Amino acid sequence: MPDTAPLSGWGRCPVLTCRLIRAANFDALRDRLSHFGEMQTLIPRGMGRSYGDPALNDQQFVAPCTDFDRILDFNPATGLLHAEAGVSLADLMTHLLPRGFFVPTTPGTKFVTLGGAVAADVHGKNHHRDGSFGNHVHSLELLTADGEIRTCSSTENADLFAATLGGMGLTGIIRSVQLALSRVPSAYCDVTYRRTANLDQALSLLEQTDADYRYSVAWVDTLATGKSLGRSVVMLGNDAEGHSGAASGAASGGGGHSYQMPARRRKSVPCDPPFNLLGRWTVAAFNRLFYATHRDKQVVVDYDKFFYPLDAIAHWNRLYGKRGFVQYQVLLPPEQARIGLTRILEAVAASGIGSFLTVLKKCGRQGPGLLSFMQPGYTLAMDLPNTGESLRVLAAKLDQITLDHAGRLYLAKDALMHRDTFAAMYPNLERFRQIKRQYDPRNLFNSSQARRLGIVEEP
Amino acid sequence: MSENIVILGATSGIAKALARRFASRRCDLLLAGRDADELNRLAADCRARFNIAAGVETFDALNFDDHAAFVDRCFAHFSGGPHCVVLCYGYMVDQQLGQRDFAEARRTIDVNFTSAVSLLERFAARFEQRRGGVIAAISSVAGDRGRQSNYLYGSSKAGLSAYLQGLRHRLYRSNVHVLTIKPGFVDTPMTAGLVKPDSPLLASPGKVARQIDLAMRRRRNVIYTPGFWRPILCLIRNLPEFLFKKTKL
Repeated sequence: MPDTAPLSGWGRCPVLTCRLIRAANFDALRDRLSHFGEMQTLIPRGMGRSYGDPALNDQQFVAPCTDFDRILDFNPATGLLHAEAGVSLADLMTHLLPRGFFVPTTPGTKFVTLGGAVAADVHGKNHHRDGSFGNHVHSLELLTADGEIRTCSSTENADLFAATLGGMGLTGIIRSVQLALSRVPSAYCDVTYRRTANLDQALSLLEQTDADYRYSVAWVDTLATGKSLGRSVVMLGNDAEGHSGAASGAASGGGGHSYQMPARRRKSVPCDPPFNLLGRWTVAAFNRLFYATHRDKQVVVDYDKFFYPLDAIAHWNRLYGKRGFVQYQVLLPPEQARIGLTRILEAVAASGIGSFLTVLKKCGRQGPGLLSFMQPGYTLAMDLPNTGESLRVLAAKLDQITLDHAGRLYLAKDALMHRDTFAAMYPNLERFRQIKRQYDPRNLFNSSQARRLGIVEEP
Repeated sequence: MSENIVILGATSGIAKALARRFASRRCDLLLAGRDADELNRLAADCRARFNIAAGVETFDALNFDDHAAFVDRCFAHFSGGPHCVVLCYGYMVDQQLGQRDFAEARRTIDVNFTSAVSLLERFAARFEQRRGGVIAAISSVAGDRGRQSNYLYGSSKAGLSAYLQGLRHRLYRSNVHVLTIKPGFVDTPMTAGLVKPDSPLLASPGKVARQIDLAMRRRRNVIYTPGFWRPILCLIRNLPEFLFKKTKL
C-alpha cells in the first residue's frame, strides 16, 4: 500500500512529496520492485539523517529500510559483524559496546543506519587515522535493479562495490553488510581542549597532532573576523584506558574506565518554534560563550558526549523553524586549505548568516568509493539557516570559492549545488555512470538529488 | 524471571519487538511462523544482541492438520516445556475486498479466529494439566465494536476476544493466566498506509512490547496499548446503536 507523505532530510529543506513503500520483509520489497513500471523509480532511505535531498524522490517512491534491522552474526574473536542494513549505529552501540566493540568510525549522530553509513561513506573524528566507513566494510549484499542479490567486495563485483560505497543508494538496496568493528578499551575518551587564536593556528595544530591523537576536530567561531578569523577550540582525543574487568562487564576496580556510560534522559524539541531560534544574535552569543568557556584543559568524556553531543536533544533540527537549514560541508586539498578556507569564512562573515556549529577536520586518505567525499585535505562543515534567497546567493559564492581551490562538497549534506559544479568536483563521476548503466540501465534507483546533480543520466 | 516463551507469528512487527523485549530479560525463545528464512534472521538477531537461546519452528495457521504435531514440537523444544505462549499473527483483509470475495472473508476468520482456537486449546490443555502458564494473544481494538469500514476483520477479532475471555475464566482455577492484548495503531509495516507516518496515534513497537511484557508479568486480563485507547473504545462501545449507525466510523 503506497502512501504519500511530505518528506525531508534532516535539514528539513527541501520538503518533497514522496510515495512510501514499507514492505513487510525484504522479499516483499523485491517483489514490489519487480512489478515497477518503466517510469517508476525508487530510493532506499534509512533514518533520514542526510541533510538535503539524497533520500527523497519527488512524486516517486521511497523505501524506508529501518524494519530490516537484524544483527545476523557477531564474532567477538575477530570483531566481524554481519547485520542487515537497517540496523542503527545506536543499536550496535547498545549491544556491542558493553562487549568491547565499537564501529570503526562514526558520524556526529548515532541515529544512522548501517546502510546509510555505507551509502554516504561517512567519516568521523578519526578519519586521519582510520579512514572512512567504507574502508572497514568487508562485503555487502546488494539488491540490484534486475532483482538479483549480489555479494560485493573488493574482490567480488568490485566495480559495483566501489560504486555502492558513497553511492547514495543509487546502485540498489543494501540488504546486509559485513563490517569489521574496532576493539576499544572503554566507552570513554581522554580529551584535550586547545584554543587557537586564528585559522592558521588551528590548521597547524590539527596537522601537528595527527600522530598523537586518534580523534581530532576543531570547532570554529565563524563570527570572529580580521586577525581572529577562524579562531577555534581544537578538541584532541584518545581512547581512555579501560580497567582490567571492563570487557567482562565486571564492576570498576582500581583505575581505568568501563563500558558503562552514565544514563541520561534525552531532551527533545517538542514542536516547531514560530521562527528560527538560531538566528544571527543567538548564534553570535553562543559562539562567543563557547570560545570563552573552553580554555585549555584535559577531561575524560564518555562516548555519547564525545561523539554525539547533539543526539542528547531529540529533533534539534526543529530549532531552525519551519524553513529548515542546510549543512554546507566543503573539503579542500592541503595546499589550498589555508587560503580557500579563509575566503570561505570571510564570505560567510560578510553574508551576516551565522553558523551555529562550524567544525573543521583534517582528512586522511582518499575514500574507497567512486563518489566518496573524503580525500586528503581539510573539511569544514557549517549549519546555515534557510534564509531563502540570501542563502542561495551565499551558497553559490561558496561553491565558486570551492571550485577555485579544487575542493568538493559532500553529497550527504548537499541541497543546493548545481550539476556542473558537482561534475567538476567528482572526477570519477563518468566511471560511476558506466557502472550504473551496466546494472541499472533504466534508472530504477533514482533520487531527487541524483536528478538535480545529473548523477544519474536521464535517457 | 527468565522463562521459555513461544511466539506464534514471530515475523510481525510487534512480534519482533516482543521477542527482543523478552530476550532482553533473558528469556529463551521459540520463534514460530511460516517463513523459515525470516524466522532464522530474527533468531540470529536475538542471539547476537542478547546472548540467549532462540530456536525456530515453522507452522501454517491454516494447516489445521499439522497443529497437534506443531504444538508437540513446541513442547519438545524446551526441556520442561514453554512457560508462555504469545499469539501475534493475524490477517487484515481489505474490507471492500472481503465484501466481494468470500474466500478473503473466510481467510480472515480462519486465520484470526479458527486457527487461534485450534492452537490455543492445545496449549491450554497442556498448561492446565501442568497447572501453570501464560497465554497471551493479540486481538484488536477493532473487535470492540463492528464498524462499516472494518467489520470483517473486527468481527474475527471480536470472536478471538470472546474466546480468550472464556478461556481465562476456565483456566483461572488451574493457575493458568490468559491476557487479551488490544493494540491501536502500531508503527509497523502492517499499518503503513492506514495512518500518516507522523500521526500522534501511532505507537512505537518497542513501547507496545514493553507494555505487553509488563501486563504478562503482572497477570493483567485485558490491556489496551497504548492505554489511551481504553477510554476511546469505552466511548465507541457505549454509543447507542441508533446514533452509532449514523456515523461514518
